Amino acid sequence: MSDQFQGLHSDLDVAPGDEEEARVGPRLIGYAVGLGLAILLTATSFFVAGTDLVWQPSIPVAIVVLAIAQMGVHLVFFLHITTGPDNTNNVLALAFGMLIVFLVIGGSLWIMANLTHNMLPMDQLMQMQR
Amino acid sequence: MADTTLGFAQGGSNNLRVRGASVVAYSGSAPKRIVTGYGFWLFLLSDIVMFSCFFASYAVLVGQTAGGPRGSQLFDLRNVAIETGCLLVSSFTCGLASIAADMRNQRWFQIAMAVTCVLGLAFLALELREFADLIKRGAGPTRSAFLSSFFALVGCHGAHVSAGILWLLTMMAQVFAKGFRADIQRRLLCFALFWHALDIIWVAVFSVVYLLGSAT
Repeated sequence: MSDQFQGLHSDLDVAPGDEEEARVGPRLIGYAVGLGLAILLTATSFFVAGTDLVWQPSIPVAIVVLAIAQMGVHLVFFLHITTGPDNTNNVLALAFGMLIVFLVIGGSLWIMANLTHNMLPMDQLMQMQR
Repeated sequence: MADTTLGFAQGGSNNLRVRGASVVAYSGSAPKRIVTGYGFWLFLLSDIVMFSCFFASYAVLVGQTAGGPRGSQLFDLRNVAIETGCLLVSSFTCGLASIAADMRNQRWFQIAMAVTCVLGLAFLALELREFADLIKRGAGPTRSAFLSSFFALVGCHGAHVSAGILWLLTMMAQVFAKGFRADIQRRLLCFALFWHALDIIWVAVFSVVYLLGSAT
């Protein structure tokens, strides 16, 4: 009985942004590690954008991957969105938000690319209007 | 070692856990801090969805320069790097302010918030200078569809930062006048979430707009 009660309350929620850790030292280190990783990723992405040292077609992919990685770093170290059981609601809300973001951006690009593909070239269009 | 076992025993038997500055007792509905934080998290996600619409329109219109300048001819990456640094460090100092608020340390809280404010203002000043420079060079938002979407996207982020700075100053004044009351602490939680989320959106802006824009 008492075990059931404990089980009911084992996956308690935590507010987004709140940390499990209450001591100052580890929290400071957490933010410092986040800052360090973010600076590292930012510097890499600025370096990759302006360099001739890597295969040129890979640059856009590298920039996008680095950006997603840095967003992950910000979420974990600054917003404290973790995969812990007390964070389920926050993570689910985030997942739903990301779904909408991908639908909006991916859908817009897909539809507009199709439209441009199926449209007459601009010079022919101008001739038809005359 | 003794410390941790004591903490564990407390958490197990009393259903009490110390988190930040507040002791949360778990019975019945969720505490107000969690409800407030979660609600604000949902707002932030809907704000990010709104930004995704601006990103989508930018991505669609990026090639429509109407014979005007392209991104690679306009963007000054050094300026963008300094802006990024300002926002990144301000996110860090905002984290320090959250720690100080949980410790109820008025002086360190005000110092950390003031530094955050100065870095935010520096970011805004650099961005406004860039906008003024672009308009002076004839590359204002009316020049082409590409520049309209550029100013809409980056300007929307700038407007969020401006609102964030007003909020930041309000929080400094409220903590100074009212101290670290529970309701003020909830507002601080929301403010910190807002400021960190702005930094996340800036990561997308500098990667998609500036770096991809000047790479291609």
